[in-house]
Amino acid sequence: MEIGIEHYLTVGAILFSLGMFGIFLNRKNVIIILMSIELILLAVNINLVAFSSFHNDLVGQIFAMFVLTVAAAESAIGLAILVIYFRNRGSIDVEDINQMRG
Amino acid sequence: MIAALAFYMFAGLAIFAGLMVVVSRNPVHSVLFLILAFFNAAGLFVLLGAEFLAMILIIVYVGAVAVLFLFVVMMLDIDFSELRQGFQQYLPLGGLVGMIVLGELLLVLASGLGRPEMVRIPGSGAVRIAQDVENTAAMGQVLFTDYIYLFQAAGMILLVSMIGAIVLAHRTRPGVKKQIIADQVARTPAESIELIKVETGKGVKM
Repeated sequence: MEIGIEHYLTVGAILFSLGMFGIFLNRKNVIIILMSIELILLAVNINLVAFSSFHNDLVGQIFAMFVLTVAAAESAIGLAILVIYFRNRGSIDVEDINQMRG
Repeated sequence: MIAALAFYMFAGLAIFAGLMVVVSRNPVHSVLFLILAFFNAAGLFVLLGAEFLAMILIIVYVGAVAVLFLFVVMMLDIDFSELRQGFQQYLPLGGLVGMIVLGELLLVLASGLGRPEMVRIPGSGAVRIAQDVENTAAMGQVLFTDYIYLFQAAGMILLVSMIGAIVLAHRTRPGVKKQIIADQVARTPAESIELIKVETGKGVKM
């Protein structure tokens, strides 16, 4: 059976939905939320590379590399913020993050 | 045939690992399943002919980001069972939103919009994948010519995030006794030795 672009896009769609599901499911745990964001970005990358490969256009892979860069920077900053938040408050519960009353 | 089998194996394992990331009880298991998901996504990338991105995914994600997650999970002393209190409560809403998003995305796919013949790339910006150049060389040729400024900008983003993470997480703790070698070397006998004349029968007040 031939594997077409729809198969890859389906995998991307399922991983994206799993990431959103994870954000809703682990409302209290910031670490799992960050991991869910990583899953969402991975799904986006799968889509970009699949389009790139099936449309015979290399720019998609270039863009996927930039997405990887930004994702790595984002997770580093996010984990640093998490560490200092835990140092100050002693918990990583999202519902405790209400000091600015936003 | 082999390619189809490999695709189904990688895709199935990636989806399973993604599910386990979000429902796993122990965050350490979550990180390990995230690593498994990245490995299988790298396999999918290889199947798609993007070998360079596959290797980057393994090196950057498994080697750096996932280990960073693992460090943070293990370093912070958190009672994770307390954080799972609302798990049952959020399950219906999360499941509903997830299913709606998935249904919409699959609806878009079912309409056939993703097929190459359905999409016309406007303009002449497309960079054709050369068949006789390997993936890494082809990416380098495009990245270091047409996208050099974006490449530099990505480097700046990484630098800023590195400095930001260090500045955020660095702290100077008060009351820590630390050896300062320069101060020790700079001491002179004049300021560190005091001669006291002790009178007989009286002590010395320090």
